[in-house]
Amino acid sequence: MTKKTSNTRKTGDTRKANENIVLEARGITKQFPGVLANDSVNFDLRKGEIHALLGENGAGKSTLMNLIYGLHHPDKGEVIVNGKTAVIQSPNDSIALGIGMVHQHFMLIPVFTVAENVMLGDETVKRGSLDRAAVSAKITEISKQYGLDVDPNAMVGSLPVGIQQRVEIVKTLYRNAEIVILDEPTAVLTPQEAEDLFRIMRDLTARGVSIIFITHKLKEVLAVADRITVMRAGRVINTVKPAETDSAQLANMMVGRQVILTVDKKDHKAEGEVLKVEGLSVRDQRNLETVHNVSFSVFGGEVLGIAGVQGNGQTELSEALTGLRSPAGGKVTIDGQDLTGKPPRTITEAGLAHIPEDRQRHGLVLSYSVADNMALCDYYHSPFSRRAVLQPKVFDENARKLIKSFDVRTPSPFVNAGKLSGGNQQKVIVARELSRSVKLVIANQPTRGLDVGSIEYIHSEIIKMRDRGVAVLLISAELDEIMALSDRIAVMYRGQIVAIVQSKKATREQLGLWMAGAHVETA
Amino acid sequence: MDWKRFSFIALIIIVLFGVVVMVGHTKQPPLLIITSMLATTIAVATPLTLGALSGVFCERAGVVNIGIEGMMLMAAFFGWVGAIYMFHVFELGIGISIALGVFFAVLTGAIMSLLHAALSITFKVDQIIGGTVINILAVGLTGFLNRQLFFGKLSVFGGTVPNSPGVLPTLHVPITELFTPICGAATTCLQNVQAINRVFDQKPIAIAAILLVFVSHYVLFNTRWGLRTRAVGEHPQAADTVGINVTKMRYANVIIGGMFAGLAGAYFTIESVPSFEPLLTNGRGFISLAAMIFGNWTPIGAWAAALVFGASQALQINMQIFRDVIPPQWAFLQQSYIVGLTPYILTMIILTGIIGKTTPPAADGVPYEK
Repeated sequence: MTKKTSNTRKTGDTRKANENIVLEARGITKQFPGVLANDSVNFDLRKGEIHALLGENGAGKSTLMNLIYGLHHPDKGEVIVNGKTAVIQSPNDSIALGIGMVHQHFMLIPVFTVAENVMLGDETVKRGSLDRAAVSAKITEISKQYGLDVDPNAMVGSLPVGIQQRVEIVKTLYRNAEIVILDEPTAVLTPQEAEDLFRIMRDLTARGVSIIFITHKLKEVLAVADRITVMRAGRVINTVKPAETDSAQLANMMVGRQVILTVDKKDHKAEGEVLKVEGLSVRDQRNLETVHNVSFSVFGGEVLGIAGVQGNGQTELSEALTGLRSPAGGKVTIDGQDLTGKPPRTITEAGLAHIPEDRQRHGLVLSYSVADNMALCDYYHSPFSRRAVLQPKVFDENARKLIKSFDVRTPSPFVNAGKLSGGNQQKVIVARELSRSVKLVIANQPTRGLDVGSIEYIHSEIIKMRDRGVAVLLISAELDEIMALSDRIAVMYRGQIVAIVQSKKATREQLGLWMAGAHVETA
Repeated sequence: MDWKRFSFIALIIIVLFGVVVMVGHTKQPPLLIITSMLATTIAVATPLTLGALSGVFCERAGVVNIGIEGMMLMAAFFGWVGAIYMFHVFELGIGISIALGVFFAVLTGAIMSLLHAALSITFKVDQIIGGTVINILAVGLTGFLNRQLFFGKLSVFGGTVPNSPGVLPTLHVPITELFTPICGAATTCLQNVQAINRVFDQKPIAIAAILLVFVSHYVLFNTRWGLRTRAVGEHPQAADTVGINVTKMRYANVIIGGMFAGLAGAYFTIESVPSFEPLLTNGRGFISLAAMIFGNWTPIGAWAAALVFGASQALQINMQIFRDVIPPQWAFLQQSYIVGLTPYILTMIILTGIIGKTTPPAADGVPYEK
């Protein structure tokens, strides 16, 4: 008798625990050509919690989520949803199981309205034609219920990124999702928009929705998650609670070694105006003026950081400064030499090092070897070429020297640059640019998409240049990066510099407000 | 389609009609010239309209189709040959033979587009090259078969080209009959009504083309099918993540497009003239694509643009009628090759984008990789 009772109780307990767990991945293994993306991964999600999945790029977070969402299929292992083993062949299956996913790159069609985007794939049809009114009504209802505030008739392409993200969330709720996967949701948001998102996430969990929150930002994880699972190289390292851990420990788990999170930066005196920009205006390829009448200077031995949400003219500004685009008006001088609208080579020879925004398009020739890429700025003059003939030996020596001193992980100098990982590609560019004797460095998004280790390295190289008395213009959408490296911070909004402040006096909140276009108060 | 485009279209059509009226008014009353120009415009715009619709369906789904020219040519040939076989070899009636000819033309378009779909969607061949392959294949195959089927050793017709069973009949809209009692004895009234009646008396494919323009427009912008079609052409990955089968949608739309091109082919040999000659499509497939682009990938816009090209062809035809009354200071209009250049010059003007840029679907011509 006693035996029986205890048995019953035991099964009862298991069931109770299972009721709490809405989604479980057991022993998931996925092999891609050359990479073991997921290696017997176990993961579970409880009802109404925010479970953060933390890891560097390539750690296997997105792969795991794509497997759960049905975009890929696991080689081994199973996914259990609400206590039942789920067969997920396609997104249709996962949608039917109540799983919704907000992808890092939004899956929205810019030329469709919000209602059209939301209903796509699950259309409401009345007598053969789309019932836009019914869909709009349902969207308005969902918006009200969860505090999402989206206009169903707005054209998606005209909405700010933060609102587009809400449309993605509405899309999952419209399909009655109870499990929502958010893949790097804050990568494109201003700090205020991110705060808004966190509020929405808490509202959702309060109503019983469970959230998987994928990110590589430690601060956010600690702020918003109920549990944190860290992945590295396709494996789960550990699952912890935010109260029982801190950034340093998490970073340690992510990278697998001690990481210095703060940039060690000594006070340094800035002197001598190196880059001077006066009244610069630039038009983009659609002939719209995206930079209006911008003026600023960068002094030797300082880092001027340009903060701003992507797409506020930073790309065109850096293109105009580096000679990739002719300005529509204004003047650019380096050390007093007028370089307005001059070709890139002239500007490079005047002492510019450029770490471009798109490393694969403007930074490297992917089909060239590492050695050739490292000589791209110098190949045409001695000692790299003599009487118009290239000197392979010099290329080779130069490459070996730089590979060693900049810690580029490449099998040999003759490997094509396209074969390297993102971090190592960026190191090739950094090595080429920062090893020359330059007066000015323009670094545009120098650490975008890189892992914590490479970020740490590139940051220290930038600070080294500054300490050597070189002027550095740093353009980044990562506010943390701007605040860590800059001596002065300029905020760019809709093609204008709306504020320039000493970084010591700047606060995240104030910068965030400026980035979002709040009026600058004259202080 | 913005007002700028529509007013440009209206302007060109007015100019083209104006030239003919100025030249011909000594020989015929202006109303008669205008209505006959209109009737010709609508008729000759038919293959361009259908070709443009073909392009709209393919490209809205994300597949560039420059093989429309070849699909039309193949369809024109096989529709014609099919009708002849039905009539002479299987000895079916005239009507049924012609109808089956149209069916074969549409089927040919579908098969050709299936080839294009397989090349560009499954095998991810560069779509421009895939389309070129179809164009070259069409020229070669129709030329070869045209000789072999009629003059070859195995020909069942023994060295002659038999008469085709004929062309589709004109459908009469009884406007004149309706107005006869109203006009009474006034002969000018009756003549005017008869002239206007000519505009509406069109052949079946021409009428079908116009109906298909509006049906296509409705389908593309107001139905589930259309929403999904446009989604796979704009952002296939977004469509995939909400459970839409991108491959199936693209295949289906390319085949629908091919059927439109097939119907356009039928116009040449089954509706317009009951004979086939090598290269008879003469670049109309490409002009269709220009019309599609000028119409900003919308069916109604593309139709309006196709009418411009139709009008310029109508100009050419009417100039021959009024050849002898062309005033001496306009003598250059007597040179038919100068007038014949108009559609091609218009194509170039339109494609330069002077009249405003158009935006193709974002994923047009890009194979989808997961």
